[in-house]
Amino acid sequence: MILKKSEIPTSEITPKQAYMNRRAFMAAAAATGVAAIAGERVSRMVRPAGVEAAEKLTVVNSPLSTTGVEVTPYEDITHYNNFYEFGVDKGDPAKNAGTLRTRPWSVKVEGLVKEPKTFDIDTLLKLKPMEERVYRFRCVEAWSMVIPWAGYSLSEFINACEPLPSAKYVQFLSLADSKQEPEIYNAHLNWPYSEGLRMDEAMHPLTLLTFGLYGEVLPNQDGAPVRVIVPWKYGFKSAKSIVKVKFVKSQPSTTWNDMAPQEYGFYSNVNPNVDHPRWSQKTERRIGFPIWKQRQPTLMFNGYGDQVAQLYAGMDLKKNY
Amino acid sequence: MSKRWIVALKVLAHAACLGPVVWLLWHLYLSVTSEPTALGPDPTHTVTFFTGRGTLRLLVITLAVTPVRRLIPKLIWLVRFRRLLGLYAFFYACLHLMTYVWLYAGFSWSAMVDDISQRRFITAGLAAWLMLVPLALTSTAWSIRKLGGKNWNRLHWLTYCAAIAGVVHYWWGVKSGVRTPMGITVVLAVLLLARPILAARQRSAPSVQRSA
Repeated sequence: MILKKSEIPTSEITPKQAYMNRRAFMAAAAATGVAAIAGERVSRMVRPAGVEAAEKLTVVNSPLSTTGVEVTPYEDITHYNNFYEFGVDKGDPAKNAGTLRTRPWSVKVEGLVKEPKTFDIDTLLKLKPMEERVYRFRCVEAWSMVIPWAGYSLSEFINACEPLPSAKYVQFLSLADSKQEPEIYNAHLNWPYSEGLRMDEAMHPLTLLTFGLYGEVLPNQDGAPVRVIVPWKYGFKSAKSIVKVKFVKSQPSTTWNDMAPQEYGFYSNVNPNVDHPRWSQKTERRIGFPIWKQRQPTLMFNGYGDQVAQLYAGMDLKKNY
Repeated sequence: MSKRWIVALKVLAHAACLGPVVWLLWHLYLSVTSEPTALGPDPTHTVTFFTGRGTLRLLVITLAVTPVRRLIPKLIWLVRFRRLLGLYAFFYACLHLMTYVWLYAGFSWSAMVDDISQRRFITAGLAAWLMLVPLALTSTAWSIRKLGGKNWNRLHWLTYCAAIAGVVHYWWGVKSGVRTPMGITVVLAVLLLARPILAARQRSAPSVQRSA
């Protein structure tokens, strides 16, 4: 069903008011006058100081975009974040991520590759045409969103990295810099944040190397300037603000799996039949919905089973959670 | 402390305890009528933590009454607020439980049985609520007479158990690495230590006025 061709990018069809908190809209309208609103997205005006106005991206439609879903408001996607480098509360990243410098930025590629390389962010932005991919996003904490990401399949980048056949896994390392991320050591995790995928998962066309959302470059708090999005896995598998990609022979050590292996498996595929030890994964709370509509059923592989189930054929998903 | 002052302070105490509930109901109303996100992007989570933290704070304040008036004998009148505070703690605990039954379990018995049997943080939370029930039921002057002061006091030691179970529930409920329950834990620990220390001090200085 989701392979259906989608119409126009959300960035073009979503009316500005629809994804803005009404109150913020009114406040901004009062503060800046109607002329400004006509020309600019108002949520930008309520952005915290230090977070620069987002640049537009040129995006094309993708047949891999999920259709028939209600997209979460921009305001919520950018003000309800787990990004421990900027604090552990959901509102912290939006407040604190202004100190992240996304230029200059480069991504080092190491390990089992033909030769180690470094990609500049501007090279990465131009590597392939940017696509808009609307994906469901399911956090292991049982909340969810629907986000119009912008990027291209990670496989395109991996091909450019020229990994050796011996590379079986790919590891992503996020920025760990207490100067730019002053809150980082308040969270007791092993830094830098590390995540990983099996090579076939990383090469799957749904896996997205992501540079933007809502047709604009990623706001800092959403993992700028470049992150991964793996829509059928719990959100923590999708590393943010990536500075290094390593191709390795065996399963890499990953941050949350190290922290609490019984709670966060290496695979962490969205699975309503395998509960988190502390809460049920059968349902989820949709962010931005009114309280009585928030509770929604969780879909196997977050609704992407048709495309990804074959990656796990023959595997016991209760053991390999 | 004159009767008039007590009445005025009681009105204030009621307002302080009910104020947050009124705020919550008002935002709930707003989220129904005009602004779906009046309670933030994740209203279920907001209501859960609002009522849960409210319960623990009120429990701890209730438990602080006795040590504070022992430490400062002039504040003996504080004891007249203890029942009110304790009952509000129970009220918040009921709201918290209702939040779970409605927004998490969706009124499904099987979901609740699953949770209670499989999830220790829910078991701990339910245990805390269950411990508060007899305390609320025996909060009347009639109960104190009926049970006798000593028995009543003994029963009401359960408040400590309920507060401990509540704090354990909080720790077990948050993600690993999150330390938000630390504040309330420290306060409760201080209160737990204060009781024996103050009691010992009282024994060694019998001139200090004794009261239950």
